[in-house]
Amino acid sequence: MSEVPDNLKYSSEHEWVRLEDDGSVVVGITDHAQAALGELVYVEVPEAGQTFNKGDACIVVESVKAASDVYAPVSGACQAANPALGDAPELVNQSPYEGGWLVRLQPSDPAELDELMDAEAYARLLAESGG
Amino acid sequence: MTQRTPLFDRQVAAGARIVDFGGWTMPLHYGSQLDEHHVVRQAAGIFDVSHMTVIDVDGADAETYLQTLLANDVARLKSPGRGLYSCMLSHSGGIVDDLIAYRRDSGEFRIVVNAATRESDLAWMDSVAGDCAVTLTERPGSIMLAVQGPEACERAAPLLPDSLRAAALGLTPFGCVEGEGWFIARTGYTGEDGWEIIVGAEAGLVLWDAAVAAGIRPCGLGARDTLRLEAGLCLYGQDMDQGTSPLVSNLAWTVAWDPDKRNFVGRQALEDERKQTDAHKLVGLILDDRGIMRPGQRVITAAGAGVVTSGGFSPTLRRSIALARIPGMAAESCQVEIRAARRVAKIVRPPFVRYGKILVDLPGGHLEI
Repeated sequence: MSEVPDNLKYSSEHEWVRLEDDGSVVVGITDHAQAALGELVYVEVPEAGQTFNKGDACIVVESVKAASDVYAPVSGACQAANPALGDAPELVNQSPYEGGWLVRLQPSDPAELDELMDAEAYARLLAESGG
Repeated sequence: MTQRTPLFDRQVAAGARIVDFGGWTMPLHYGSQLDEHHVVRQAAGIFDVSHMTVIDVDGADAETYLQTLLANDVARLKSPGRGLYSCMLSHSGGIVDDLIAYRRDSGEFRIVVNAATRESDLAWMDSVAGDCAVTLTERPGSIMLAVQGPEACERAAPLLPDSLRAAALGLTPFGCVEGEGWFIARTGYTGEDGWEIIVGAEAGLVLWDAAVAAGIRPCGLGARDTLRLEAGLCLYGQDMDQGTSPLVSNLAWTVAWDPDKRNFVGRQALEDERKQTDAHKLVGLILDDRGIMRPGQRVITAAGAGVVTSGGFSPTLRRSIALARIPGMAAESCQVEIRAARRVAKIVRPPFVRYGKILVDLPGGHLEI
């Protein structure tokens, strides 16, 4: 059973979003997603300042098996990417909700945050899909 | 309906992530493909390869038959207890499969071919046999295990029958020994020392348990793939197939041209292909840049375009490596189209890694990945 922390919001594409005090959001992939992808060996992150619409492919995570896109869970501009992932992409496997965060975005439409799932809804989605 | 090897239950119990591979349910990994890769480079791992197809080739014409069937020449096996790697070709010179052929104690032969090509191989071998005095007998139901790594033989030796142990330890690469229902060859698909062992199901289960108890770590198909890629070994169906010849698969060394009069299947087509001046070649690539090369990506060289046939992350080099088929005149470096970007890669001669040592110069010297 994969871990689904209560304090995060979730997308149906298995990204998590954490709202920070300054209004920015930290984005990562869920425990379920990292387990399904397998061991990560490379993460390609956007440059600071790049902007995305909700649903745009904004990050590529490459596992031992294959490359997969990570989609922007909300629209916004990239403020920073996790600098630790260059040397240690395995952090996403080991600590998907903490040390393995992917990017920090400044949302352009904070209302989009309300469209994301809470932990209970995401856990239900996983249960229904057999995850 | 997919098939299971006799070790399936043990693999599930050991935490294997199971995948479908060529009609078989096989372990992809047992938790960490990367750890399994490193353990084979540094110590010892064990792979269940019971899905491989074992075919005994017996009869008065066995040798002349194999001299027709195979691009390599079994006459090079001067004594029983030796094996060689070969392709069997179609009449147009394409690779029907790759295999190892052993000359056995009895003066007859055993060949081991791929699992996914089993049916087409058997049909092809039958058709080439024609009226030859040869019997092809498949040996299903056995267990085939590969113990691989610098410590593999040392750790597995106590688990072999007493009567075979010294002979097995004395084998040189591609040597084999058999007895008491065991067949042991100093071969593998990892670039490391080790044995491939074919044995009955009952003894094979005991061997697996004892090997694991002796600290030989179970490894899955995932690590097998990255190990063979680092070792520069082609994978059938990916780096080579019916549409490619040994000459464009870095396997020209496995074609025995002498004697001239040995008319193996595909010879004429290869002779013609050999005269071409614009032929492609299979090379190794090392990515200069960050990113991961994958099969199917386009390669751009000064001499024309090519394609990545196998690619991924090399756990030993800690960067991406690939096998690619590119124009024969291409040299030194190329670009690989990785999604939207073109990334620079260095062209090298495989293998990348052998016996635990990196054999290629890494671009940019030390790695910062």
